Amino acid sequence: MIHVDRSEKIYIIISVTLISVFFIALGISSFVYGFQVPVPEQRVDPRTIATPAPDNPFGEPGLRELVPGKKYEAYVLAQIWSFTPREIRVPAGSTVTFYVTSKDVQHGFRINETNVNMQIVPGEVSKLTITFDEPREYDFICHEYCGVGHQSMAGKIIVEP
Amino acid sequence: MFAREHKLTAWHLGVAMTALFIGGFFGPLQKLEYVGINLYTTLNKIGIASYYQGLTLHAVLNALVWTTFFIVGFFTYAITHSLDKELTHPKINIIGLIVMIVGLIMAAIPILLNLATVLFTFYPPMRANPFFYIGLVLVVVGSWVCGWGFYLTYIAWRKENPGVRTPLIALGSLITMVLWQIATLGVATELLVLVIPWSFGLVEGTDPQLARTFFWFTGHPLVYFWLLPAYVSWYGMLPKQAGGKLFSEPLARLVFWLFLALSVPVGLHHQYLDPGVPAGWKFLHALLTYSLFIPSMLTAFNVVASLEIGARDNGGTGLLSWVRALPWGDPSYAAQNLAMILFVFGGIGGLTNSSYNLNLAIHNTSWVPGHFHLTVGSAVTLTFFGIAYWLVPSLSGKPLWNRKVALVQTWTWFFGMLLMGNGLHILGLNFGMPRRTMIGAASYAADAWTPMLIEAAIGGIILGISGLLFYSNMVGTVFSKKRLEAPIEMPVAEPYESEPAPAWLDNWKPWLAVTVVLILVAYGPILVDMIANANMTSPGFKVW
Ligand code: HEM
Ligand SMILES: [Cu+2]
Ligand SMILES: [Cu+2]
Repeated sequence: MIHVDRSEKIYIIISVTLISVFFIALGISSFVYGFQVPVPEQRVDPRTIATPAPDNPFGEPGLRELVPGKKYEAYVLAQIWSFTPREIRVPAGSTVTFYVTSKDVQHGFRINETNVNMQIVPGEVSKLTITFDEPREYDFICHEYCGVGHQSMAGKIIVEP
Repeated sequence: MFAREHKLTAWHLGVAMTALFIGGFFGPLQKLEYVGINLYTTLNKIGIASYYQGLTLHAVLNALVWTTFFIVGFFTYAITHSLDKELTHPKINIIGLIVMIVGLIMAAIPILLNLATVLFTFYPPMRANPFFYIGLVLVVVGSWVCGWGFYLTYIAWRKENPGVRTPLIALGSLITMVLWQIATLGVATELLVLVIPWSFGLVEGTDPQLARTFFWFTGHPLVYFWLLPAYVSWYGMLPKQAGGKLFSEPLARLVFWLFLALSVPVGLHHQYLDPGVPAGWKFLHALLTYSLFIPSMLTAFNVVASLEIGARDNGGTGLLSWVRALPWGDPSYAAQNLAMILFVFGGIGGLTNSSYNLNLAIHNTSWVPGHFHLTVGSAVTLTFFGIAYWLVPSLSGKPLWNRKVALVQTWTWFFGMLLMGNGLHILGLNFGMPRRTMIGAASYAADAWTPMLIEAAIGGIILGISGLLFYSNMVGTVFSKKRLEAPIEMPVAEPYESEPAPAWLDNWKPWLAVTVVLILVAYGPILVDMIANANMTSPGFKVW
């Protein structure tokens, strides 16, 4: 074995313990408190995703009401350099599940000041759910470089009282 | 002796520094654009069509070209001097260099013609001119070829010196090259199998999610390919420059082996927010990423202890005030010590990035460039500047042009980076400011961002000045008429304890085996699954 100085040994034990504690905290916060990241939801064909069809919600993107005032689904289609829809209005207290995909290149979707942040990859559907409690506005922004108009790709969520 | 090696090193360094000069030029321009000073309209006249073309140049030249060329050049010098043996097959290394340069030119032309404004990550289905990709492949392959030249030299040395421990500097450098060869298999597969045939139109569609996964197979270990040469200097050379000894040489070896084993199977931590990767795999990579902090923690202790030995020998005393006895007047030393300090901040930020859930807060915000300017832009780049301050005089046989200018350069880089790093971190964390975005033209940029944007811009300008100071010193040295009285040798730190490291720390087989097993466990099943279900539906787009 290697000869390790005493103070260094103590330091190593402390470091390894710290890292382990961080990791356990991470595990607990991810699984017990239910932090979510996008996971495989559905495969789609980016070439036909924008075409209206009965079984293709992205053909007519927008908000769907599941339980009035409470539960919604938002289908958002990303393309260079805009989101459809650009504006989403929901009442305060509603839980919204976002389904986002792209018909061209990769994009990003982040609702600022929330935990909704996803990579948008053509061929895949990114999904996250969030509850909007207070009435206010949020920007949602494309945060992946998607060409020369990237900086203008954004929209608004308006949470109404 | 070593005339040929020195010439090769000089060539690599020359290309590296030229790349950084051109790439670095865009850094301050980006920062000025953020605060509404858009100089890109002027640049249109010299053929730079957009902010994003400039950003592609900035990142490709700085992060890919400056680093790779500098590292291969530095290793050519370090490995041969450390083994005290000339290259056994110098032709191989010459061919490697030529392939790298040809690749660089081949990739640079489409970028300059605005045919490859895809940033340095070139995520499909954005589609660049095929020669951009071929050029990148050649740069990588050329660096592999240089690596083979190193291995052959090492094998010959081993035959002549059975049972002798590989000197630490050579060992660390060789491990880094092997890590690079294993790591780049990902991006090589991405480019050769998925991207290049598709960019020629031989296949219609590609799978962007699969391409991303191959890319990040390389993307994370890439950062260790950048960092480990700095570690070679911090462990193997800097203690000597500080008048000290390497506190624990065996642990230093262990650190390099751990990086070899752990750097690759963590790439999915760049894909926590990707829709096509299952959560369990993301979590496994998060675990492995955390274990990767251990070799860096070991490094912190070992390097500081080694420097302390030097400082105390030079009359330093007290619990902390020994720090003042370090050779702060030596720019090579000062640069590297300041680089380490910035790396502490970079490391703490990295812990956040790699946390499965905290990543939600900062993914693709300006926090990320804040982070990697502290790491590759400082810990690595400033260390390379420090190395250049002795290596360029050693190669040219001329004294450093101006020591004071060099000292000012290191401190301005330090403070400029603190300002810019702090600004970008805060803008990302507090306001979600997106990265790789022409912020001055973004509708959502809010007034509340202004103070931090200004802070970051001031940092960027200070950095620009610092960069110019570095180049004035390099040019001044190379064109100086003075000659060194005595040649400058590579600083080599002696171990503090004379007992040689145990044999298992000088044995490639078990470590390579662990490396391969970890990669197979962490990537095998998920990659097989993604390949079997590949979704080759994305045609290419030119979006600039
Ligand atoms: C003169 C000093 C520098 C300044 C002022 C500077 C400034 C910047 C800024 C403001 C960005 C963000 C642009 C954006 O996200 O829109 C950026 C990106 C970047 N910089 Fe630097 N930088 C400097 C030096 C360096 C160095 C030395 C390196 C690496 C060795 C480097 C590597 C990168 C990379 C890889 C990106 C990311 C581009 C991307 O996201 O595609 N920079 N730089
Ligand atoms: Cu975008
Ligand atoms: Cu990484």
